[in-house]
Amino acid sequence: MDIVATQSVAANEGQRGRDNLLSIRNVAKSFGKNPVLRDISLEIAEGEFLTILGESGSGKTTLLRIIAGFESANTGEVWMEGERLDVLPPYRRRVNTVFQHYALFPHLTVEENVGYGLRVAKLPKNEIVGRVQQALAMVKMTSYAGSKPAKISGGQQQRIALARALVNRPRLLLLDEPLSALDANLRRQMQVELKSLQREVGISFVFVTHDQEEAMVMSDRIALLRMGELEQVASPREIYSHPATAYTAQFIGHTNLLRGAVLSRVARCHSLDWPVGMPDGPVLFSLRPENIRVVDLAVGSSGVNVVRFRGRIRHRAFHGSTELLQVECEDGLRVSVRTATREKWHGDLELEFSPDDAVAVRESQERI
Amino acid sequence: MFSRAYRAAITVPPLLWVAVFLLVPYALLFCYSFWSVSSTQMIVHSWTLDNYRDLWRVNVYWQTLFRSMWIAARVMIFSLLLGYPLAYYLSFHAGPRKDLFYQLVIIPLWVSYLVRAYAWKTILGSDGVLNTLLQYVHLTKHPLEFLLYSPFAVVLTLTHIYTPFTFLPIYASLEHIPRNLVEASHDLGASPIQTFWRVILPLSIPGVLAGATFAFVLSLGDFLAPLLLGGPSGIMISNIVVSLFGAAYNWPLGAAISLCMLLLVLALLFLSENLEKKWSFR
Repeated sequence: MDIVATQSVAANEGQRGRDNLLSIRNVAKSFGKNPVLRDISLEIAEGEFLTILGESGSGKTTLLRIIAGFESANTGEVWMEGERLDVLPPYRRRVNTVFQHYALFPHLTVEENVGYGLRVAKLPKNEIVGRVQQALAMVKMTSYAGSKPAKISGGQQQRIALARALVNRPRLLLLDEPLSALDANLRRQMQVELKSLQREVGISFVFVTHDQEEAMVMSDRIALLRMGELEQVASPREIYSHPATAYTAQFIGHTNLLRGAVLSRVARCHSLDWPVGMPDGPVLFSLRPENIRVVDLAVGSSGVNVVRFRGRIRHRAFHGSTELLQVECEDGLRVSVRTATREKWHGDLELEFSPDDAVAVRESQERI
Repeated sequence: MFSRAYRAAITVPPLLWVAVFLLVPYALLFCYSFWSVSSTQMIVHSWTLDNYRDLWRVNVYWQTLFRSMWIAARVMIFSLLLGYPLAYYLSFHAGPRKDLFYQLVIIPLWVSYLVRAYAWKTILGSDGVLNTLLQYVHLTKHPLEFLLYSPFAVVLTLTHIYTPFTFLPIYASLEHIPRNLVEASHDLGASPIQTFWRVILPLSIPGVLAGATFAFVLSLGDFLAPLLLGGPSGIMISNIVVSLFGAAYNWPLGAAISLCMLLLVLALLFLSENLEKKWSFR
């Protein structure tokens, strides 16, 4: 899979200076005897696009529902702008949600759906009309104002759900896998639109998804949730290039996990070794397939400070712009290597990687 | 594909059933309503509109029809007032006790209609449970006579009997409301009361219409409750039809009244069906 994190580094850097909007403190939740969330603490900054990423059953939707107020945490607190949020009913929170299946009111027109929040807040008629028009224009749905939700497509319903939430000018917008019902092309298009819309309105987004590619493309930060605990919270670039755990490295993108040991500042893994700056002991490295290069013998090695080894192609998977080679080394070690499709490699290969690209990761703990 | 013989074997019996026990009787009813009875108590098979003219001219017929409609309307309103909150509570707030409560609502349907009607007789009678209690606590000196053999008793009994019929379609329509719509409403700032009026009630209208139709149509044609508990002032149109087909031996007039009721009920069903369609969104 090709992972392209499109947002600029500057945007991530800017994140750290911002004020915190929402703070989740030691939240835990279980359904019956089933722990769903264990001791989650997370800060969300003003104007930030944070993605809660996780497999199904990781507790990501439950966390979102606790922020929205549809579930209450067993322990822990949620604060927003100096106010305790988790004691308020959902209709008193300045938080709006875009639901997974949109949850548009079937008996109301598109326009009435979008104006719902403003009407229950008893705003003046002309202000409602103006803001609804504005919101519909923002999602380019003005011409569907009078339609019932059943008469418009999934992508259009998605836009209406977004407009219905944003028209209330929430401090925080929660999105529960809003793109999961759309087909691949529309999905990619909506990812870009959603991200640029978030920049435009400047509202903090908490976006829940199981799709790591989607998380990469859209987020300022990703909070990776695994079995009810946060595995790592970092920017897409950081989490991709410096995964903290084996699970993170495998869940986000594709990786080679190399098990080895460090002895006297030298990491040893099968027949490979390279200098490292860490204490002695067993170690697990994550080495991305694209960080292993095939050495073109006609050109020669790219540098002195590299780990070189030989291997034979056992399997190849074509991915369009790149090709993923399964290479078996002389010592039995198997690694995945990503190469550009235009380079046609066969048979025995000379391979190398830079020691900096082998990132030491923690073993992911077993959880029941 | 199924063979012709097989298709005939499964379609003919029900069609025959419908023809013999439904279409033929209706056709007979239709014919009878245009015939008349001679002074010697014989059916005269010559076409006349006299029966329909009588229906219009003789006050007691259309007055009783209107009283029946008024009783049916009250039954409908009371069973909606009872059935809706019950269905709402069960669907949204009963939690794990939902199934138990549901069964409790359904169980009375298993008890014979007659038993339930007689039960009210023992409760409402002048030496019945209610009057005895009222006198015992000195709220009244003499038994309250209006409790039994009155339209009140009929409305009460029919409401008791038909409330489950109102409850069921309302409950079904409430159960069909996706819960994320309720969450969406709260999320958008609507309080539980606002959510009820703006989302839950509009989406349950088809069930309300079906339930109201059940209660109204079933009570309109009821003749046992008025017979047992109605007394002279609680007579309903079906009692008249029964006596016309029985003691009075005027089948043609009975047929004419029956046809009028049939048309009235058909019109109501048609109306409620159309309204239900208008209020359903899936």
